[in-house]
Amino acid sequence: MRDNELYQEMILDHYKNPRNCCTMHDATHTASGDNPLCGDQLEIYLNIDGDILKEITFQGSGCAVSQASASLMTEHLKGRTIEESLQVFDKVHMMLTGLHPDEINTEDENAMGKLNALSGVAEFPMRVKCASLAWHTLKSALKESRENISTE
Amino acid sequence: MNREDFPLAEQTNYLDNGATTQKPIQVIERLNRFYLNENANVHRGVYKLSQLATEAYENSRTAMAHFIHCDTDEIIYTRGTTESINLAAFSFVEPLVKKGDEILISHMEHHSNIVPWQLVCERTGAVLKVIPVNDSGDLELVQLDELLTEKTRFLSLTHISNVLGTINPIKEIIAKAHKKGIPVLIDGAQAIARTSVNVRELDADFYAFSGHKMYGPTGIGVLYGKRTLLETMRPYQSGGDMIRRVTLEKTTWNDLPYKFEAGTPNIAGAVGLAEAVKYLEKAGMDNIEEYEQELLNYAEEKLKAIEGLKIIGDPQKRAAVLSFTLGDAHPHDIAHELSIKKIAVRAGHHCAQPLMNRFKVPATTRVSLGLYNTKEEIDLLVEALPEIREKFKL
Repeated sequence: MRDNELYQEMILDHYKNPRNCCTMHDATHTASGDNPLCGDQLEIYLNIDGDILKEITFQGSGCAVSQASASLMTEHLKGRTIEESLQVFDKVHMMLTGLHPDEINTEDENAMGKLNALSGVAEFPMRVKCASLAWHTLKSALKESRENISTE
Repeated sequence: MNREDFPLAEQTNYLDNGATTQKPIQVIERLNRFYLNENANVHRGVYKLSQLATEAYENSRTAMAHFIHCDTDEIIYTRGTTESINLAAFSFVEPLVKKGDEILISHMEHHSNIVPWQLVCERTGAVLKVIPVNDSGDLELVQLDELLTEKTRFLSLTHISNVLGTINPIKEIIAKAHKKGIPVLIDGAQAIARTSVNVRELDADFYAFSGHKMYGPTGIGVLYGKRTLLETMRPYQSGGDMIRRVTLEKTTWNDLPYKFEAGTPNIAGAVGLAEAVKYLEKAGMDNIEEYEQELLNYAEEKLKAIEGLKIIGDPQKRAAVLSFTLGDAHPHDIAHELSIKKIAVRAGHHCAQPLMNRFKVPATTRVSLGLYNTKEEIDLLVEALPEIREKFKL
């Protein structure tokens, strides 16, 4: 039954054992996001060295989808450049909002790795905001970082 | 009770009646009949169809007045509870208050009985005061005397909490407020389909409710107001039907209730709502209340026995509405899993964020029962929950 695919093993694993779930004392940039309607809330911490997301962690509370998405995100983006991260953001956004599978090529699918576990969300429009919270919060943190970079 | 009358309720296990109710076939067919045989604008045409539509619309008002025990011209049709409260706030309360005056609400209100008052306060400089809620989910009534001060101009209070199910002792509270000359609005959104309401006996100054939560159509609701108050009030919206005479220099208002019903009203909605009232009266509000209490007691007992499940509050009197938390599982995950089993419950803050904060929970899962629910549906819910608790255990 496709319905059950929302909570794939990967999602439940990252919900129960979230990776990079801690505050960061030497964060260069942070942002917080919440879905007041759901009661989900998240803090994203970044340590950006040059153009690289050297460290990325999160803390928060919310449903399994929102927490797992944040955990998967930190794991996937750690060590990537800001530019790469923004590209991943776009791909995740397309995936969550149900882009036709033909439009995602195999190369992309391989590049997404574990993030593909989030693809089940597209079937449930009410849960898209749960899964995308971490990503939007990241974007706002990155924006802040760019602004900071530009002022330096 | 008469589950077979509700096609959609029969196909699912619908436990979200606090949000909206399913409609009986009688209401659905009445809407069809109206559009097939009687549709025209009201209060305008001299032709037969307009006369039929006007009759159906005004008969609905009469049925509504009979249902809550008031006069026909004290029934103002609105879009729903929210608009009813906004109407009272704008037309009655706002002109009444000035800087430093107080408007009193409670900590268990739905956002629609909080935000209109915040806006009135913003525009007038009045101050919003709040009756606290204790851990049981009852109003802290010992503080009511202190909160009803010389500065209090209005009290707006829910009859039944949409989160906790608490039935507030509104008759006593209204009497206390009236002793100090303070008029009272009761938000009856959750109460109107669960208990018989007699606005005269309650001595409520205003009573607001929605059609869609009482097995009627969406987009139609009622503001009851005492005639003496309605007569003094300024119009809410303006346009056609609410006027007596319009010249380019000056306009005079129509009589009650039309003064408050600008534009073409929701005619079909009112007609459908009258059919819902007919349905409720035939079933008997006392029978409905008794049946729902039986279901509630059954649900409470079964739910309490589930390990890790915590029902929020334990009020002295509860209607068939309750909220709970379940171990580590987030309400959205719970509701999602239940949805797969064709059980519909509500997850979230239920438009009552201040109350959620009061109980220090970001969200809850809510079960709200209706007259067509069964013990078998509660069994299905109860059977599903332990597995969900385990699945999302941290």
